[in-house]
Amino acid sequence: MDETLHARIWRGQAQGSFKAYRVPRRQNQTILDVVTYVQRHLDPSLAYRFACRVGMCGSCAMTVNGVPRWTCRTRVAEVVDGSGVEIAPLAHLPVVRDLVTDMRGFFDKWSRAKGRFVGERTRRDEFAVVKPDSAARVAVDAGIECIGCGVCYAACDVVGWRPDFLGPAALNRAWTLVNDRRDTAGRDRMRAVAGDAGCHACHTQGSCTTWCPKHLAPTAAIAGLKRVTAKAAMRGEL
Amino acid sequence: MTMTAHGHPAWWAYLTHRISGLLLALFLPIHFWALGTALSGSAPLDAFLRFAEQPLVRFAQWGLVILLVVHLTGGLRLLLIEFRPWSGLRHDWIAGTVGAGAMIGLVYALALLV
Amino acid sequence: MSNVGVQVRGWYWQRVSAMVLAVCVVIHLAIIIYASRRGLTAAQILGRTRGSVPLAAFYALFVAACAVHVPIGLKSIAEEWLSWRGRSVSIAAVFVAVAILAMGLRAVWAVVA
Repeated sequence: MDETLHARIWRGQAQGSFKAYRVPRRQNQTILDVVTYVQRHLDPSLAYRFACRVGMCGSCAMTVNGVPRWTCRTRVAEVVDGSGVEIAPLAHLPVVRDLVTDMRGFFDKWSRAKGRFVGERTRRDEFAVVKPDSAARVAVDAGIECIGCGVCYAACDVVGWRPDFLGPAALNRAWTLVNDRRDTAGRDRMRAVAGDAGCHACHTQGSCTTWCPKHLAPTAAIAGLKRVTAKAAMRGEL
Repeated sequence: MTMTAHGHPAWWAYLTHRISGLLLALFLPIHFWALGTALSGSAPLDAFLRFAEQPLVRFAQWGLVILLVVHLTGGLRLLLIEFRPWSGLRHDWIAGTVGAGAMIGLVYALALLV
Repeated sequence: MSNVGVQVRGWYWQRVSAMVLAVCVVIHLAIIIYASRRGLTAAQILGRTRGSVPLAAFYALFVAACAVHVPIGLKSIAEEWLSWRGRSVSIAAVFVAVAILAMGLRAVWAVVA
């Protein structure tokens, strides 16, 4: 193992450049360790986000050697290219500064996809009965663990090409609600997720599914949305 | 600086599908025009076919057949992903697309050369 | 029909035409490999195709499926790689569809009639 890691880190906003830093290598060092070292010992003006640092919150997502990852869960040894590593903010989001992105657009799209549960029961009603092994609930369970880290959104080329494309996370969440038998906003949601701003722009590149740190499959959710929206369109409901 | 997460098999499958489709789409008018020359009798079609015997044209023909098979097999993979129950990104079908392309490439090469 | 409705139907018809084309292409590949071995002069080709109603029907269907499938695919590429959006790209797609139908059916007629 080389003694020194050459880390190129993005400094600036949309305009900016990579700046080189020399960071001492350590065993089991993560990319987040590298960024933290730079900020604490080399350049306190470096801006970056993290929270739990144990792979639960998704706050530390950045682009590492061209791939969006959770930096607290990415060991340097796993991604180092020669003796170097390139760290940049997540793609497809406005850069606030250095490694920090503005995630409002990402969450706005979640809202535009009607990624919010709408129920009709109150606490005075009986519980809804949802069989855990029903096909619909299995589909929900497969996608419900999303924590909105933005890795899939950064990985997807279509997000880069079509500014109004809702993206894999928003569509994945919409799919979990489509399959939730308690939800009552189905019709609005169908209209929200169909078409070229929605599921039909997905070309099954599978980058979302490949890079999701929680091993979710937005590709599967989007395929499901394609099927149900097509049926809705045939019935004239769109 | 937009970095994207390329380099994995499903992404290459997507790019191959798009490029093969684009090239086939560009080829199609030429194909229709060539066959359409038969409206004026056999002679113009024969002239075109003789032109098509040139090595570069035969090579292009061979390439187009491979593109067709690759686009077809890759397309079947997409239909499976979109319409059948989810079973991953179907890397077996990606391998199959490469295999089918190679196989038909060999078969058609034999047909053209022998 | 709403914009979204058109887009959804576009996706749907592209998949349906893809399924038709899958069958047509397999048959067509078999035909051209067979024809390559049997001889490819105009006389040989036309001798096999002239007057054949089944061949005419098959290739007319093939052309129709292409006329649906190709423009929708090209439109996606235009929108995403050329940033060509709006009414003009839709009109261009329709133009491509009509051109494929016209040239394709003309080609079928040329070898079958």
